[in-house]
Amino acid sequence: MRFIDEYRNAEIGKPLIERISQRSRKPTRLMEFCGGHTVSILKHGIRQLLPGNIEMLSGPGCPVCVTSNSELDKAIALSEIPRVTIATFGDMIRVPGTHTSLQKAKAGGADVRVVYSTTDALQIARDNPLRSVVFVGIGFETTAPTVAASILTAKEQRITNYFVLCMHKLCPPVMRALLDSGEVCLDGIVCPGHVSAVIGSMPYEFIPANYGIACVVSGFEPLDILLAVDMLVDQVEAHMPKVEIAYRRGVKEGGNRRALQLIEEVFEVSDGEWRGIGTIPGSGLRLRDKYRSFDAAEMFDIPIRSSVEPKECLCGDILRGVKLPSDCTLFRKGCTPAHPIGPCMVSSEGSCAAYYEYGES
Amino acid sequence: MDDCVLLAHGSGGKLSHDLLRDEIVSVFGNPLLERMDDSAVLDIQGRIAFTTDSYVVTPMFFPGGNIGKIAVCGTINDLAVCGARPLFISVSLVIEEGLSIADLRKVLQSMREMVDMTGVRVVTGDTKVVNRGCADKLFINTSGLGVIPSGLNMTGVEVGDKVIVSGTLGDHSIAVMSKREGLEFDSPIESDCAPLNGLVESMFQSSSKIHCMRDPTRGGLASTLNEIAQQAMVGVRIKEDQIPIQEGVRAACELLGFDPLHMANEGKLVAFVAAAEAERVLLKMREHEYGSNAAIIGDVVEDHKGQVVMRTSLGSSRIVDMPVGDILPRIC
Repeated sequence: MRFIDEYRNAEIGKPLIERISQRSRKPTRLMEFCGGHTVSILKHGIRQLLPGNIEMLSGPGCPVCVTSNSELDKAIALSEIPRVTIATFGDMIRVPGTHTSLQKAKAGGADVRVVYSTTDALQIARDNPLRSVVFVGIGFETTAPTVAASILTAKEQRITNYFVLCMHKLCPPVMRALLDSGEVCLDGIVCPGHVSAVIGSMPYEFIPANYGIACVVSGFEPLDILLAVDMLVDQVEAHMPKVEIAYRRGVKEGGNRRALQLIEEVFEVSDGEWRGIGTIPGSGLRLRDKYRSFDAAEMFDIPIRSSVEPKECLCGDILRGVKLPSDCTLFRKGCTPAHPIGPCMVSSEGSCAAYYEYGES
Repeated sequence: MDDCVLLAHGSGGKLSHDLLRDEIVSVFGNPLLERMDDSAVLDIQGRIAFTTDSYVVTPMFFPGGNIGKIAVCGTINDLAVCGARPLFISVSLVIEEGLSIADLRKVLQSMREMVDMTGVRVVTGDTKVVNRGCADKLFINTSGLGVIPSGLNMTGVEVGDKVIVSGTLGDHSIAVMSKREGLEFDSPIESDCAPLNGLVESMFQSSSKIHCMRDPTRGGLASTLNEIAQQAMVGVRIKEDQIPIQEGVRAACELLGFDPLHMANEGKLVAFVAAAEAERVLLKMREHEYGSNAAIIGDVVEDHKGQVVMRTSLGSSRIVDMPVGDILPRIC
């Protein structure tokens, strides 16, 4: 298959792995920010292929995992309001909130539908004019433009029963917060591929400049990731941290202008609430005042219940790269994909689920 | 006859009788069924295999098949992979009122075609009609009886066995999903739904060392291999680049973030065969219409008992686990 097989070609991969092994001398600690990278690294066994001095940590780049319980509880509470239909990306429905999950709310009679995109959610709104359709807007800069586009479409087509519960988060601010916390010592970051397709590579410039940490934007296929690691090793060994792109077919320095315009038009930067990290100033998005009528948080009287994070669950530490899934006493015992306690075990991009599924410790 | 099924068709009265006679018994007609007794009385000699399954697929019609075709093939395949020659099946229909008679006819006609093709007979059945909203158009249950030929004995997987799949994996799931979700591909993917009794018979003609056979339906190959590994307490080792997967299925899975090994099949089997006879069985399978893409994908080992481990094309290895719950598309 074109664009897949080339990037899984062992004949190219093996020399690349040898090159990394030969050139990497220092103990090197890298963080892959994105959950998609974590899955690919485990699925293709990349950690086993790298030399022992290179450590790969997973970062807070799984959109479902970083959604806090209080945000999730809001979505669940909305689903219980009469004549509300919740449209959501699949992974969200299984995540346990403080009291229940969207999946259980659905079994109890709530109208919760899994959609592939905001286009599907808009169509549900068109097809059900007597219901209020709320799209659960999670994700980073990757999903935000499509949500923005759906709101503009709804406005243009006068679809008045479409709303968004906006929980979008921004990558560069959380990276800064993570590095400022001093909890993890990193030599390099495998920067997210899809997020960077939207924002470009320039927003990461502060990382080498202020923290002396190498940055390479990577794609999601095994050779993409190996190439990114190879470039990071070169930077680390040469003491020359900078921002580079190993995913030229998807990412330009300046990002995608049209997508950025959409975000700018519809959203404004706000504080973001992150699971396991807390509130980070300027790390979230909210709808601008002129699109207030599409904001589910504004337009519905959502019953507020006290939200708590699950006890003993280390998802927060794991998301910050401070702990590995295997450090959690619940991992594989009380917490499994069939009976998840924390979101990292639920989402297909969650570190715990990926470590569990692909058998790594 | 009205053009749709009414609640009254399930009342047990004249309308029920007409529906049964005109639309169902007439399709499956055979002397055993036409007696219309409360039970079918059957003469069977030998060891019997008995299975049952309910079919609730949405949408009812999809590329490569429909709920009726699956309902017959699924039960035949469950019998066949146990080594049984399928003989008799039952057909129970739960119909949501409002189902069009034309659709019902199409489904029954497909069932008839599969019955004719495989030589099984429908000998008993039942029809119920439920209120709108209490079922999704049509649910079908079929049970099947088959006889295991004397001398045929599948002794269970052994360390050293080769693992053979009969063809490309994941076709059924992607065909149904593409229809259900309105995903369109340049070359449409068809369900692999097919009866495997003929293929199985030819495999047993070629070897007496077929130790175990399964049909990897829901949960896909990953679930079937894990079940075998756990039941027999052996390790199963497979090679990523040996597993046959259609280009379109791979593409759809890449796009949606699915693992083809988790995708359902409705016309595939996986066999565990003594290494010395595996090639012979493979060649025999490839001669058959439903085994033309058969491949040896791995073997049974003593290591990692209860687990399935896949060698990736890059040379690393990873565990292949069962899917958990619904298979959901990824976010980005």
